[in-house]
Amino acid sequence: MADSKTMLNPVLKALLLLFLLAPPLSAAQFQLSGQCPPGFDKNEQDRCILYTLYDQYDSIENAGVGGLTSSLPPRRDGFRPEQIDLGRYLFFDPILSGSRTLSCASCHHPSLGFSDGRGRSVGTGGIVLSRSAPTLWNSSFLNSFFWDAREKTLELQLQGPLYDPREMANSPAQLLASVNANAHYPALFAAAFPDGDRLASAGAVTLAQIYRAISAFESSLISLNSRYDRYAHGFHQALTSREIKGLNIFRSFVARCAECHQPPLFTNQQIAVIGTPEPEGMPLDVGAQTTYGSARLKGAFKVPSLRNIEHTAPYMHSGRFATLRDAVEFYTKGRGHAVPAGVTLDLHWHINEPNLSDLELDLLVDFLKTLTDEQFTPAIPSAVPSGLEPVGILPERAGLEQYNN
Amino acid sequence: MKKILTVLTVVLAMACGSSIAQQAAAATYSNSPGASYSGGFRSGAPLGRALSAVAQASAQGTIHTVTEGQSIQRAVEKAQPGDTVRVMPGTYRETVFIDKDNIRLSGVIEQGRWPILEGDGQLHDAILYSGNGVVVENFTITHYKGNGIMGQAGNNFEIRNNIIIDTGVYGIFPQLGKNGLIEHNILSGIEDAAIYVGMSDNIHVSHNEVFENVAGIEIENSRHAIVENNYVHHNTGGILAFISPGLPIKTTYDVIIRNNFIINNNLANFGAPGSTVSGVPAGTGILLNAADQVVIENNIISNNKTAGILISDHANAAYMTLDPDVEPNSDQVMILNNLMTNNGYDTTDQVRAVMTAYSKNGNPDIIRVGASKDSCIINRHRYITAGVDDFAQCDFGNTANIASYLLKEPAPARVISKSEQGKYAYLGICSGCHSYKGRLIGPPVEVIQAMYMNNPQGLADYIAKPIKKRKDYPDMPPQDYLRPAVRLAVANYLLTLSK
Repeated sequence: MADSKTMLNPVLKALLLLFLLAPPLSAAQFQLSGQCPPGFDKNEQDRCILYTLYDQYDSIENAGVGGLTSSLPPRRDGFRPEQIDLGRYLFFDPILSGSRTLSCASCHHPSLGFSDGRGRSVGTGGIVLSRSAPTLWNSSFLNSFFWDAREKTLELQLQGPLYDPREMANSPAQLLASVNANAHYPALFAAAFPDGDRLASAGAVTLAQIYRAISAFESSLISLNSRYDRYAHGFHQALTSREIKGLNIFRSFVARCAECHQPPLFTNQQIAVIGTPEPEGMPLDVGAQTTYGSARLKGAFKVPSLRNIEHTAPYMHSGRFATLRDAVEFYTKGRGHAVPAGVTLDLHWHINEPNLSDLELDLLVDFLKTLTDEQFTPAIPSAVPSGLEPVGILPERAGLEQYNN
Repeated sequence: MKKILTVLTVVLAMACGSSIAQQAAAATYSNSPGASYSGGFRSGAPLGRALSAVAQASAQGTIHTVTEGQSIQRAVEKAQPGDTVRVMPGTYRETVFIDKDNIRLSGVIEQGRWPILEGDGQLHDAILYSGNGVVVENFTITHYKGNGIMGQAGNNFEIRNNIIIDTGVYGIFPQLGKNGLIEHNILSGIEDAAIYVGMSDNIHVSHNEVFENVAGIEIENSRHAIVENNYVHHNTGGILAFISPGLPIKTTYDVIIRNNFIINNNLANFGAPGSTVSGVPAGTGILLNAADQVVIENNIISNNKTAGILISDHANAAYMTLDPDVEPNSDQVMILNNLMTNNGYDTTDQVRAVMTAYSKNGNPDIIRVGASKDSCIINRHRYITAGVDDFAQCDFGNTANIASYLLKEPAPARVISKSEQGKYAYLGICSGCHSYKGRLIGPPVEVIQAMYMNNPQGLADYIAKPIKKRKDYPDMPPQDYLRPAVRLAVANYLLTLSK
């Protein structure tokens, strides 16, 4: 955990810069951990297997949705610990971007809920993109990725930003060339993909190995021990009476939050048309209409998990709402109130008019803040194999005022 | 363009249907009950016995009595699994939520005086439960904004003998539950479905009276459900079996609708705009949409002005949003003997158009639009129909062999052994701060082992109430939210770790 403060500490930052001016780095500096991350147990085959307290429950049709004591959806685990740790280096290494200025963490920073604190993310050369960066917490359990649900695996998802000319703007050829030419990466990949591994390669690092390592790291980000979880497992003193009132509004059939943000993940992983507004001046984002090729899904987006939602403002697919209070208030302002004139949206049937009071909205926000748990936050490496500054250029925390209307 | 194509497809399907119809019309007349349907699920529940979904109440359970002026919720908080909360007659203004297992919430009715849960148009839901083995009985519930009784993933429930009037969106709404019995309730004035079984398995709905609701009884995104012996009258739509779009569980199948009175369901639709039931035409006895393997048997279906039975699909239902992962047709529908009379006497333009397309006259008992694969019917000559002439003859005549789809024993909890409990808790919680070797946030496991090697109870006590032992480490937060048995299990597990 001490490492994660490195980037915030100007003295250490300066020392690190001095250090970077004196290449080459020593090989011993980069050694992959053979230990599984917290929450995982290493099995006989040296694979990391996730254990959660929700494994003691079932759910209908094994769908991984339900109430307080329901099991989680199927998860991605079974990676070697070395693959997870290699993924951590890659995740924070700007060598992954075409300009060597952005790493995955530029938009998915551990100190910002694995998002970026912005309404819309910033890509290469400071370009403002059209959507908000989703959190990576609990990616292990998701079955689709991107706001428009267009990819079904982490490996496919990460190639999106990696090669998008507006985002990390790399190319497969340049990525392979730079990783293979690096003084450290080839040996690290060899250690993470030893002989006998499905993805082992005799010589050079492969794209499949890169994708798998990053996916392995992303799958290790587990947040399931919030105060809410303690309540769910039976310790009712974990929540205050205000928070319990908020929980009861959240799961009531008036507010209906839990009908889509279903426990234990706080998403049912469906796409839904709810009709949230875009930031001023931005055209309507058609969302999953593109994914499924149907205008009836115009404006449909994936239901996001609400875990660690406290740390991922602003909210909605393009960050229109600066605060949680604004986000919950959207739902009580009336079915379709923010749909632009002349646009027809096939709104989800759970979008209704609950007429929540100001107090009820406040209680909902209180409850949402009980979903915070960042105990398993991984450390940011103090240095990465490229010798570049870990994280890369972190977009400054956006001034939120522009979205606050 | 897409819409035009859909319409064309429907018309083509109709045209093909009517050519087959000529042969099928000469079909079999059958008065014998014939073979019995074997159903899609073997529950093992015995025939001819009272149904139950929870384990027998334990004799050791404590009874917590609540009288008017006291809080039911306070009593629920005190109750332990196996206990009964007994509520005396009187008026109670609160939301009761049960987040623990095996609680019986039981009203006492004295000479016509009931315990009344009064929502005053302000409170959200009357009773919420997430625990398993919950029983709710003998309450009058009225004027809530949300639901009367709502279950969220509780298994093995019984909801009986309640009167739920003029309250909210759903009267009784178990969601994501397995093995539940809903019987002997009266529900009226509900703006969506009075009894709404959502995303659940192994459900029995019987002997209820539902009237003047938008929908009487709805089985939605659920499997292995029986709806029988209910009196369903004066609703907009009587009994519905649906797959609704946009939900994480995408099927409805193996549903038996039998021995119900489904009468005079002609109430003007007062559903909320955008709700799935807001598009149900007033005057619908039974409505199937996308549900599969539905048996309709021995119901009395009369005086429903649009149609006795309407079989539809998502494409023909304007109220359904698009769900690319749902199979949108009602397949394997099985219509056995039913008494149907005076239905369809004031039907909709859409139904009239279907009748015309099939060159049918009269007031329709049964209407089918959209594809319906592998469906069957017996004694079709008795009814006025459109779209079912190409249904096969069913090779069975009754469902007498199936008493219930309830489980023989309550759905079991997943069992985790004591030692495994320790492992789950250690990895789920402790491993964030402690690794075997080396410092994370707290001291390494090997250091803890040296201190507590023969004293797991000491360690279990320490983690509940840690005291500062080392200046160079941050304070450990108390882990008192773990039950004592789990604390001991995790201590035992931690002391045996070797890597």
